[in-house]
Amino acid sequence: MKADIASLACPVPLPLNSHVVLGHGSGGRLSAALMQEIFLPAFGNPVLNTLNDQAAVRVETGRVAFTTDSFVVKPLFFPGGSIGELAVFGTVNDLAVGGAEPRYLSAAFILEEGLPLETLRRVVQQMAAAAYRAGVSIVTGDTKVVEKGSGDQIFITTSGIGMIPDGLELGPHHVRAEDRILLSGPIGEHGVTILAQRDGLEVSGDLVSDTAPLTDLCRAVVKAAPGLRTMRDLTRGGLSSAMNEIAATAGVGIALEERRIPVSETVMGICELFGLDPLYVANEGKMIAIVAPEDAEAALAAMRTIDTGAGAQMIGTVTANRRGSVVMRTKFGTDRVVDMLAGDQLPRIC
Amino acid sequence: MKYLDEYRDEKLFRSQLARLQQIATRPWVLMEVCGGQTHTLVRYGIDEVLPAGMEMVHGPGCPVCVTPVELIDKAVALARRPSTILVSYGDMMRVPGSESDLLHEKARGADVRMVYSPTESVRIANQNPGSEVVFFGVGFETTAPANAMVAWQARRQGIRNLSLLSSHVLVPPAVEMLLSSPHNRVQGLIAPGHVCTIMGTEAYEALAARYKVPIVIGGFEPVDLMEAIVMLALQLEEGRSEMENQYRRSVREEGNRRARELLFEVYEVCDQKWRGLGEVPLSGLRLNAAYKQFDAESRFGLENILVDEPKECISGMILQGLAKPKQCTAFATLCTPESPLGAPMVSSEGACAAYYRYRRGAEAAGEDMLATLQEGA
Repeated sequence: MKADIASLACPVPLPLNSHVVLGHGSGGRLSAALMQEIFLPAFGNPVLNTLNDQAAVRVETGRVAFTTDSFVVKPLFFPGGSIGELAVFGTVNDLAVGGAEPRYLSAAFILEEGLPLETLRRVVQQMAAAAYRAGVSIVTGDTKVVEKGSGDQIFITTSGIGMIPDGLELGPHHVRAEDRILLSGPIGEHGVTILAQRDGLEVSGDLVSDTAPLTDLCRAVVKAAPGLRTMRDLTRGGLSSAMNEIAATAGVGIALEERRIPVSETVMGICELFGLDPLYVANEGKMIAIVAPEDAEAALAAMRTIDTGAGAQMIGTVTANRRGSVVMRTKFGTDRVVDMLAGDQLPRIC
Repeated sequence: MKYLDEYRDEKLFRSQLARLQQIATRPWVLMEVCGGQTHTLVRYGIDEVLPAGMEMVHGPGCPVCVTPVELIDKAVALARRPSTILVSYGDMMRVPGSESDLLHEKARGADVRMVYSPTESVRIANQNPGSEVVFFGVGFETTAPANAMVAWQARRQGIRNLSLLSSHVLVPPAVEMLLSSPHNRVQGLIAPGHVCTIMGTEAYEALAARYKVPIVIGGFEPVDLMEAIVMLALQLEEGRSEMENQYRRSVREEGNRRARELLFEVYEVCDQKWRGLGEVPLSGLRLNAAYKQFDAESRFGLENILVDEPKECISGMILQGLAKPKQCTAFATLCTPESPLGAPMVSSEGACAAYYRYRRGAEAAGEDMLATLQEGA
């Protein structure tokens, strides 16, 4: 058991076992030891270090964005990311696409009895690194332990708050006909990476999850496009779900162009193999922005200056007709309805 | 991507289409047999760009769609047995039986596992000696050899806790039934390329000759299908009725001999019930005497489960090409992918699912979506 003894605040830490036991969630000495040996060394900051029941933080006046998300990904670690990074970036991105500057996160862990503490430590360290990269602090949290078989290793829920700059009003209800739809890069990378991992598929090529914070990218779009209407990060349900939700809530039609939607060859190949449609596959570091037509070029150029938006494309237009639906012009010039997914995508039989 | 991009090439597609427009002088009615071909047609809107009057009818070539309801009920009964692991393809999970489906059974605690390769079930049986493992496999001649491999390996390895619940259907007898029907409208057939990859081309040559219908063995990509349609139109215009092979990169005249040998090592031809078509003589495969011990239906006494098909569902008409999904009164109202009445709405290869996904009236789609969101809020 390697612990960074020097960084501990508690003078006599109770030695930890090698695995999570029910006592780690009891609120007693084992819980305290977990805090001292795993969470504080990674997340430690002046607010968290007070170990109060609540985090007291100072924010400037204005509008606060508040969001929450739970993470249950399996496997915990995958090429390009881990549950820890997802838990931070997922919530950060939900704030960022609202135009907010993400500030503070909470993190609640549900651990399954028997989880190696080393695994927990690794997840927590990756969360800390992700929080640093995204410029947020984890200021409060909770840990519970469930009996073996009642959970699956680690479930994490993060909530976050961020500050919305004065005067910035985003949302699907601002979307108008003729607005342009910008996509930040190739789709489907996270979903197929997880799928390939689960099925033990050995893929040659550059298959990694796109897990990333979108804060810089969103900031760049906000700055470049005064006519920014709304942004959305593409997660479960993929591009198709995000587009359908916007079409329905904004009461507009959405016309996409297949040839402009970037999909890497590896992702396309795996989708072919499994009988999936990349439009419906999950992403963890991609977003769409809908902007006024006159701002489209500037917004696109701004996106491309940021790492996470290097592959940005304009993929379609908002229309006044076919309200509530998403239609894609195929390469062959025909139109195809892009529907919401009914359940999970199920693999085909032959 | 090599072997894919060239068959989705826009220029090639358009030049084929231009050629078709020159050739076709009459409103020919063609059928694509395989569900995979149906999906490509509908997804890319190929049937909508054909010369005026030319029509594509969607054939019975989705194995999930033609699986009788009672077989799903048998699978559900097995899933409910204690100490039983039911292994199947993802496609089978949501196919409705008469009162449940496998996804719901899984949610209620049944051990139902989804695999991509049937031989996974051999591994699962070896790893779970205390459980009965049943592989639930349906399919045409394409999937049958891989499913046969399960029984073959089980017998060779002396595995006692593994059995098969299977429904295998053969394409040529069903096609023959369609072509010989007095209601038949189909004047040319695109035969299923992957079935022929296994079985060879002989049976289709015989069908073309007997029914004087041109048959082109076709692939699954847009350019494949357009080329197959051009080949059929050419034959029809010239008054020929031959078997031709468009999918030469995969289909050889003799098929895959080793796969066929394995198939008939394990299975024998039998009469078979098709959802939507009824019983078709000599159109299915069942385990033969040497492999009877691996038959889950007899091992677990499931032979008495008999079920009628839901009445609202016109999948029979659709699978015979007598109606289009949109002509069904239940389409997108009573019957949706969320709560399907019939298998063509469930399977990713079903004609109804293809229409629902790619071709539903856009106005109606928007209203549905708004209603759903408002209910949710």
